Amino acid sequence: MFRKRPPPEEERRVRANDREYNEKFQYASNCIMTSKYNIITFLPVNLFEQFQEVANTYFLFLLILQLIPQISSLSWFTTIVPLALVLSITAVKDATDDYFRHKSDNQVNNRQSQVLIRGSLQNEKWMNVRVGDIIKLENNQFVAADLLLLSSTEPHGLCYIETAELDGETNMKVRQSVSVTSELGDPNNLASFDGEVVCEPPNNKLDRFSGTLYWREKKYSLTNQNMLLRGCVLRNTEACYGLVIFAGPDTKLMQNSGRTKFKRTSIDRLMNTLVLWIFGFLVCMGMILAVGNAGWEKEVGSLFQSYLAWDTPVNNFLFSAFLSFWSYVIILNTVVPISLYVSVEVIRLGHSYFINWDQQMFCSQCNTAAEARTTTLNEELGQVEYIFSDKTGTLTQNIMTFNKCSINGQSYGDLTDPLETQPKRLDFSPFNPLADPDFCFYDDKLLESVKVGDSCTHEFFRLLSLCHTVMSEEKSEGELVYKAQSPDEGALVTAARNFGFVFRSRTPGTITTTEMGRTVTYSLLAILDFNNIRKRMSVIVRNPEGRIRLYCKGADTVLLERLHPCNQEVMSITSDHLNEYAADGLRTLALAYRDLSEDEWEAWSESHRFADKATDCREDRLAAAYEEIEQNMMLLGATAIEDKLQEGVPETIAVLSLANIKIWVLTGDKQETAVNIGYSCKMLTDDMTEVFIISGHTVQSVRQELRRARERMIELSRTRDGVKEEGMQGWREPCFNGNGFKEGQEGGDTAGGSGGGVGKQLHGSPLPPPLPLSNLMDNISGEFAIVINGHSLAHALEADMEAEFVSTACACKAVICCRVTPLQKAQVVELIKKRKKAVTLAIGDGANDISMIKSAHIGVGISGQEGIQAVLASDYSFSQFRFLQRLLLVHGRWSYLRMCRFLCYFFYKNFAFTMVHFWFGFFCGFSAQTVYDQYFITLFNIVYTSLPVLAMGIFDQDVPDHRSLEYPKLYEPGQLNLLFNKREFFICIAQGIYTSVVLFFVPYAVLSNATQSNGVPLADYQTFAVTTATALVIVVSVQIVLDTGFWTVFNHVFVWGSLGSYFIIMFALHSQTLFRIFPNQFHFVGSAQSTLLQPVVWLTIALATAICIVPVLAFRFLKLDLKPQLSDTVRYTQLVRQKRRKPPGRNTGSAWRGTGSVSEGRLGARGGSRRSGYAFAHQEGFGELITSGKNMRLSSLALASFASRHSSSWIDTLRRKKHTHTPPSTSGECSPAPSFISVSVPPLSNSSSILGGSQETPIEEETVAAPAQNTQMIPASVTQTLPALAPDAEAPASQVSAQATSSGVLTPTASKSQGGDSPGGWTLSLGTVQEALFGWKVIASRASSSNSPGPTSIAKETNQIK
Amino acid sequence: MVKQESESTNRPDNTAFTQQRLPAWQPILSAGIVIPGFVLIGLAFIGIGVALLVTSRSIQVLELDYTGDSNGSPCSSCSQSVIANCKCSLNFTLTTLFQGPVFFYYGLSNYFQNYRRYGASKDDNQLYGDLSYFTSPSSSCSPYDYDSSKKPIVPCGSIANSMFNDTFTLTWTVNGTTNNVPLDGKGIAWWTDYNIKYRNPSVTPLKNAFNGTVKPINWAKPAYELDASDPSNNGFVNQDFLVWMRRAALPNFRKLYRRIDASGDYQKGLPAGNYTIDITYNYPVRAFNGAKKIVFSNVSWMGGSNEFLGIAYLVIGSLCVVMSVVMLIVYAKFKFPDEE
Repeated sequence: MFRKRPPPEEERRVRANDREYNEKFQYASNCIMTSKYNIITFLPVNLFEQFQEVANTYFLFLLILQLIPQISSLSWFTTIVPLALVLSITAVKDATDDYFRHKSDNQVNNRQSQVLIRGSLQNEKWMNVRVGDIIKLENNQFVAADLLLLSSTEPHGLCYIETAELDGETNMKVRQSVSVTSELGDPNNLASFDGEVVCEPPNNKLDRFSGTLYWREKKYSLTNQNMLLRGCVLRNTEACYGLVIFAGPDTKLMQNSGRTKFKRTSIDRLMNTLVLWIFGFLVCMGMILAVGNAGWEKEVGSLFQSYLAWDTPVNNFLFSAFLSFWSYVIILNTVVPISLYVSVEVIRLGHSYFINWDQQMFCSQCNTAAEARTTTLNEELGQVEYIFSDKTGTLTQNIMTFNKCSINGQSYGDLTDPLETQPKRLDFSPFNPLADPDFCFYDDKLLESVKVGDSCTHEFFRLLSLCHTVMSEEKSEGELVYKAQSPDEGALVTAARNFGFVFRSRTPGTITTTEMGRTVTYSLLAILDFNNIRKRMSVIVRNPEGRIRLYCKGADTVLLERLHPCNQEVMSITSDHLNEYAADGLRTLALAYRDLSEDEWEAWSESHRFADKATDCREDRLAAAYEEIEQNMMLLGATAIEDKLQEGVPETIAVLSLANIKIWVLTGDKQETAVNIGYSCKMLTDDMTEVFIISGHTVQSVRQELRRARERMIELSRTRDGVKEEGMQGWREPCFNGNGFKEGQEGGDTAGGSGGGVGKQLHGSPLPPPLPLSNLMDNISGEFAIVINGHSLAHALEADMEAEFVSTACACKAVICCRVTPLQKAQVVELIKKRKKAVTLAIGDGANDISMIKSAHIGVGISGQEGIQAVLASDYSFSQFRFLQRLLLVHGRWSYLRMCRFLCYFFYKNFAFTMVHFWFGFFCGFSAQTVYDQYFITLFNIVYTSLPVLAMGIFDQDVPDHRSLEYPKLYEPGQLNLLFNKREFFICIAQGIYTSVVLFFVPYAVLSNATQSNGVPLADYQTFAVTTATALVIVVSVQIVLDTGFWTVFNHVFVWGSLGSYFIIMFALHSQTLFRIFPNQFHFVGSAQSTLLQPVVWLTIALATAICIVPVLAFRFLKLDLKPQLSDTVRYTQLVRQKRRKPPGRNTGSAWRGTGSVSEGRLGARGGSRRSGYAFAHQEGFGELITSGKNMRLSSLALASFASRHSSSWIDTLRRKKHTHTPPSTSGECSPAPSFISVSVPPLSNSSSILGGSQETPIEEETVAAPAQNTQMIPASVTQTLPALAPDAEAPASQVSAQATSSGVLTPTASKSQGGDSPGGWTLSLGTVQEALFGWKVIASRASSSNSPGPTSIAKETNQIK
Repeated sequence: MVKQESESTNRPDNTAFTQQRLPAWQPILSAGIVIPGFVLIGLAFIGIGVALLVTSRSIQVLELDYTGDSNGSPCSSCSQSVIANCKCSLNFTLTTLFQGPVFFYYGLSNYFQNYRRYGASKDDNQLYGDLSYFTSPSSSCSPYDYDSSKKPIVPCGSIANSMFNDTFTLTWTVNGTTNNVPLDGKGIAWWTDYNIKYRNPSVTPLKNAFNGTVKPINWAKPAYELDASDPSNNGFVNQDFLVWMRRAALPNFRKLYRRIDASGDYQKGLPAGNYTIDITYNYPVRAFNGAKKIVFSNVSWMGGSNEFLGIAYLVIGSLCVVMSVVMLIVYAKFKFPDEE
């Protein structure tokens, strides 16, 4: 902070191996310092910082005022004691924080790295690395600073890095050194390297670098492709050498992790506003009293001067009034007590600890507990309206597993018994010594088929072992490591490996595999690489027998179109299988081959070569060439890969959306992948009214698409509302009659393309689901989803389209943004923050999520595989997405509730306390005479009343944690900001002022004429003060007793302890002992005793208490009866049940918690349409990389000439392709429906043809179970079903079914389960039912103890499944 | 960057405290508690209110204003002039016995003993008998800390300076004979004031302690000569001084002047008859529209007369009962749909 900063750099000059030269520029060293203080600077700097807080300065100001004797209406210690307390608590907290920062800095700074110093490699600490040093990195090491890659052990100066810490992308990236330096090789050569780099000054742009290397009179331009950035990890590269360009704070990593923006909660902001208002109020009060003082001094005081002369400086009433104003400012300052801020901090700290301590947010696999990294945002967790989630690593585990396959019409991989808890895992080791021990597969039929030698099966796995771009590494015999570009490919090749078709190694021209123990080498003729448009990849190989075959794998939508007509039969069966797989949320691929004759190959090869050499439109020509040969293929089968969701993701999303939280997925992934995940985690469901896809490339088209989406929504919701009445009867029938419905649909569908949408549209419109009421907010009923890709988003985020985008997107239940950049993620968050004024939460795990994590109100980091950058930037971190529901619905809700109750009470308490002075002003000549003893004023807020309200603020619970998960609607008051807002504030204030009136006027009326029983009048000042103070303490204690809803032992101790401490301290302060020591400090000697022995005083206190509390009590009771809140009801039923001592016969809460097992994940999603996608997450261009041989070791590079063909252009190609990853024709290709609104799904249909070519699933009827998940109906159902919580289950059960019939929502489900369908059948719709009817679960399980028909069977099955 | 590597498990402790599962009492405002509670509170308040009212009614109070505002009143001549020790007398007649013990108060109104600067204008160290503060009184006493000749004033400050200095004697005329009613001035101040808070310096004779100081400007006699009849009742522990120094909370107040000594004829209180109060009128109040009065009162267990308390209790009690009925009706109509 105080370090002298050199002037900003214009450009940076770095000369290798020349420390003296580089030192001239005073570049930052590699030592990082995130700490703020050291031992010496701590006190001044910290105090300086603290007094920048307005509140602290204000109290300092008050303190100074109090030192002026004419003004001082209070002793100085009334302010300095709390102020000192506050300052020291904050200082201790800051010191601890800084200590930990010191510690982590030290740890990083002391990491070792190898530096080339004077020709030899020496170990140095990171902090000692200088700009211009050459350092050596080894495999899996962190890069210590921003380096210019000079050379590596890999050929061509290539090296691989993982940039997860920087940008969150887990796939490896290639970096290449400038060719001249890549030849330097060993340390000796490098030591004599004296090139000079001139480059841009330090900045935070991760993907950009420009500079020039001057060496041996030549210039070489440098780009980001030559840089290794701090925070990356070297992978698959034995070692490399780099020249340090930026070090320490100048590195891009550190430049990016600049000081985190200080986040404030909305309560904070509200509080600050209120505090300002209160200051205004304070000034008003001061003015009124000052005017009063002026009047009094003029009318009375001037005449009263014989007894009370004006002070010497005070020579007229106006000046007296002026002083009186300041005096009143001092004594009335307790309306905003300094302890408010401290208490808030303490409460938040407590809540943070509860988050850290929560075992249910502890992940035992990764051994990480949840962590509240900031302690200032807790209550905002209870107000979240929008969640922005990353996909990879957050929703999904980013682990792909080969799950099912269909070979020649035969499906494998289904569990024989879905209810069997632990299916037998196949053991491959005896059959195949090369098998990967981590591979899991459960269906032994497939293994049998391989063993028997079924030719199709063999060909299937042969394809998987050949058609890919995976690189293999064989450290020792049999110990294979695959380096896959995308996890999907890795999963497929690993599957082939385990089933006996082991991919061993490749050269640019050959692929060596071990097939059923026999080593076979294929010559690789061509790789027809993957890209977004093609959605498929092929290889052409020549087997040892000389037969040429093309193997192709790709998205079924594209592949099935290119099959030979004779495949019709297999195709239809495979199609069914694909539907099934997709319905399970799996990522599917279709596999096919084609035999090529030598002539065909020759001819095509020629045209391919021609296309490849073309200078213009090379891409298009190549694509055309590929297209030409990928025809008339023979279908082999299909694979299904599970993109493993994190545990409990669908459940969590269901619960969160029931809590009226809108979840937006922002992912860098492709649209297909994102949509797929959207379905598998239940964000998108098949019963959604419509899913819009916005993929325009121009402003106009995006605008048009958005507009059209909105029109559709309005139209659909209108028709829905309109036909609801008469539709009630009509629509239900086809739901039962699922088959007929389905067939009809399929007919329409096979028309394919745009016709599909229209066909379904016709089907859908007469059968709208019974969405109960239109969404009042946006006047839109029905469930819509919107999928928007990065290009369109860029347009949508432009200033003139923002509003349109927001209104469209916010009317949707689910929003998925794909292909978004980190910056766009942040922009979307900012947009919602700005437009909707809602509390946003961003959750992500990678560094690419940092921007949104930082810009959202609350950032949550998943401490997963992708480094901890996101965690470092986040406010909360934990390791599983599903903990989010607990964080929000339990901790957030409680925090909000507690904070609100705390604030309400606190403001009430202080107004009650302070306003008494105001009333007294009218009776004491507006002289700023305090009503109470000054010690009482000092201690009231910090001793007598602080702990009970703190205990309430920390421990209070209205309903237990599992209840708030069961009734997500309980979350709503937080979102609507109902518990503490300006209105509530005024109510509290009014109550406080009322209390102060009572507290002043009741003693006034009683004591003015009262006497002690020995005749001494009671109306002396000290008696009055003690009476009022005691009444105040008792009234506010009774009030906290009323406010506290959850009496733990701490509450008891604090409440009774505070009351006790009041009396003890008062008696102590009024004791003779203290008076004898300081006779001029303790004026009140004997007052406590003398006052509190009088029965009249106690009668007064009792009267005041009754007058203060009775109306509150009556009001609360009536409110509870007339307008109960959901939480009241839940709490009430809970207590009633407890009282009856009937143990709740249900497994509370756990249903949501951790059951995201394999079977559930797989089975839960049945009923979806086919969402096949070519699920490759990887970039294209690797095929070229392979065939060029660039990435192969020289030793294994037999065909050097082959490599020269493409020479060094591949990197450029790669980059070019990256920039054009979504060519304009995408929409036409990927979705057959007319470009923008590709889907027009009838409300009840199962299909949503986001990827086009949608077909009906064979299982249809389940989905009708929950067509309506409109949240609007929930409150109704809750209140109606609440009686069911009472132990007698019979009546409620019938009531529920009655309700079900009336609403038409539950009937299908209920009747289905009554019919005793297979358990599996039930499971399929379980997820959706859970979503729709949370209240139900309770009833159902409750009912399971009794024998009522209907829901009982459901409950039983529910239990079974769990 | 800093990966946490811990072999031991990070699992949080599974205690009731950390998991927020502390056993807790969760009160709820259920009808079963609130409605009977209101009835009980209401009845209790009504009971207390009745008792208070009855007690209060039995207390006799006699108030006599002697400010002398109007021309007809006995002390009007004294109030107009500024003669020291102006005499005037008030007559009143008791037709029945004024039940003892009877307390004799003087009352002042529109008098702001609770003004902040007034209240602060004293030196507690001085009053505690600390001689060092005799010569240098605290600045809080200003402008009554030093007189015009810079001599320290003891006792200093506004409160002491403005001490009430009217004196009264009470005579009872029965059957033509006039008897002096004995007034007891002992123990009219707080025990703690007399024994702890105020103290004379331990100098004998007391007069010597006041060497080099002057009496407060408004005082006729120095502090050590306040009570000529009783030497121990002088200095800072003079009962009248103590009573005055215990400042009132409100601008209209009364202070205990004397007790009627319950002896002889006055054992049961003040017997019926004609009484005369002879007043030495010194204390000017008309300048600030103040008023002075004399109050005779007796007490019960709950002190002096206090109509307000009884009425307030009755009102609140009845409101509670009414509220409970309202709540019962509401509850019967809109009760929780629970117990079926």
